[in-house]
Amino acid sequence: MSGTSQGEGARLRLRPPRNQVDRRAIAWWRTGILVFWAVPVLVLVVLGVFLPGARFWLFAPAVAITVVIVPLAIGMPLWWYRVHRWEVTDEAVYTRTGAVWQEWRVAPMSRIQTVDTQRGPLEQYFGLATVTVTTASAKGAVTIPGLDHELAADLVHQLTETTHATPGDAT
Amino acid sequence: MTVTEVAWQRLDRRTVAVNSLNAAGVCVVAGVPTGVGVGGATSPGLALAIILPASILIIGVVAGADYLRWRKTRYRVLPDRVELHKGILVRSRRTLSRERVRSVDLTAGLLLRFFGLVNVKIGTGEQTGAGQSSLALHPVGKAEAERLRRDLLDRAPSADGTPRRDGVLARLDLSWVRYAPMSFLTPTLGVAAFGAVLQVAEWFGLQEGVITWTLDRMRDLPLAVAILVLVAIGILVGVVGATGLFVEMWWQYRLEREPGGTLRVRRGLLTSRSISLEERRLRGVELVEPLGNRLVGAARVDAVATGLAKQKENEKTDHKTLLPSAPREVADRVAADVLREEVSPTSSVRLLPHPVAARGRRIRWGLAGVAAVVLPLLVLGWVLPVEVLLRLAWICAAVLVPVAVVLAIDAYRNLGHGLTGDYLVARSGTVRRGTVALQRRGVIGWTARQSIFQRRKGLLTLTATTAAGAGAYSIHDVGESEGLAFAERAVPDLFGPFLDRG
Repeated sequence: MSGTSQGEGARLRLRPPRNQVDRRAIAWWRTGILVFWAVPVLVLVVLGVFLPGARFWLFAPAVAITVVIVPLAIGMPLWWYRVHRWEVTDEAVYTRTGAVWQEWRVAPMSRIQTVDTQRGPLEQYFGLATVTVTTASAKGAVTIPGLDHELAADLVHQLTETTHATPGDAT
Repeated sequence: MTVTEVAWQRLDRRTVAVNSLNAAGVCVVAGVPTGVGVGGATSPGLALAIILPASILIIGVVAGADYLRWRKTRYRVLPDRVELHKGILVRSRRTLSRERVRSVDLTAGLLLRFFGLVNVKIGTGEQTGAGQSSLALHPVGKAEAERLRRDLLDRAPSADGTPRRDGVLARLDLSWVRYAPMSFLTPTLGVAAFGAVLQVAEWFGLQEGVITWTLDRMRDLPLAVAILVLVAIGILVGVVGATGLFVEMWWQYRLEREPGGTLRVRRGLLTSRSISLEERRLRGVELVEPLGNRLVGAARVDAVATGLAKQKENEKTDHKTLLPSAPREVADRVAADVLREEVSPTSSVRLLPHPVAARGRRIRWGLAGVAAVVLPLLVLGWVLPVEVLLRLAWICAAVLVPVAVVLAIDAYRNLGHGLTGDYLVARSGTVRRGTVALQRRGVIGWTARQSIFQRRKGLLTLTATTAAGAGAYSIHDVGESEGLAFAERAVPDLFGPFLDRG
């Protein structure tokens, strides 16, 4: 592409945002995956115990799911941890998320409408929180998962202050 | 202090008559088949004895409920706000601030029009819950509706000079009807018609009769001819249906600009609709060319405006259409007039092509789609084994592969992005080619997406998020470096601070 592009000299790319998510996010993501997939596996195993006739057809998918999911549960969160990054400057919130589909999002301060935190039961257990910043666009929300919950609270406070101070009607 | 002096107003009393007649209509539609069914099983007298009192009861209840609703509903327009009180058991009071009112839409079905009544919906452009941001008056008299519309939308005209063009921007040219059947509506309606015939036949227990009757007619014809005849009938029904629908929707279509800075679309044969759109809410336009229309040089113009996206599900989604499919020059001129530009940004722009790698991606998607159809046939034909399936698989492959490749190449050629004046223009799509012109100040954020496949090819998909229209408009598969430079040029200082140069 370097040869064919109209080349304004320099090759541009988006630099990674400065901050990583909390290390505990790895454990949180892992637990999430394992809990999610433990349900069908358990159902299959329990059914297999009580239905000797169909045991093979119940155990086989359970084993297959386990064989596929356990390495994913170990590996993917490490990848996500490397990829997920965020940054808040005076002008904007900037994030990078996603592994297979990487996504960079910017929301300028002047366009921010609401700042929320969510804490699911697992996040509470790990002391984490997810911050969501919405703009007037139905599709413009910027999400920062896996932040330390106190840091998240500070961040929300800071963002709310900044957006109040920034003029504009946000559309 | 004048608040107390503004009198409360009621909806039009004739709503009771309208709704009773509606209920009567429903009773006839539902009652006649039931009557035929029950009467056939027992005796006609008994059927009448059941259905008649039931119908009268239903009509009576509807009339009573509507009368109560009418009694309990009041509204008034104050200098600063609109108030509505309603509800029979649960009273609700809703207040809209007048300066937030962004749209006043009028709709009247056949029956309402007969009584000279109109349903009014007053909306604010906010995207909160669907019910929160609007206020409905079902119905008021025609004159009253017109007065409400004018009062609520009439503001001091914007200070920036006199509008270039007031009055009628476009009106229906009957020759546009020819574009109506060139859409997917035609085959859909055709298939739906066959389905409807079979369904109705089934209600009366005649489904087998209809099928054997059809087969009897077809017996003398060779199979291929018989299929062609059925297809031709389907297409004919589809064409008639699509044309009829177009006429119903767009009869007496007029697009006007009113002095207060409001665009107004009026249209409809049976149900008349009036849709008003404040120009302040307009963030751009989208020129939409479905494949059939594009081949004959026609395009439709949709508004990209805030507060239009979240219509309730049951409402028609075409509120945003400013111009039905019309010749491309008309569409360009209307787009220019709507945006108050000399030339429409969608035609003045010089669109930059995307890297060739994007073409390969599209061809691979197309071939993958073909494989998804052909492979199951092949596997089934192999395993079962059925000779016909194998042959079908080859025929499908022979027909679909060229189609997929042509569409893929067309899709690649349609990709483009550019800047012109205050507008960012992006084009994509083949079956439905959309060219969106978005005001650069309407862009409130950028999103860049890159799959691992795109990363290897140095491509990415840029998405401009906006408060208007679909909420996000994408520039697909643009070269990474070019795309980011474009994003920075289009809306400075969004991605700018986060770019690595070098």
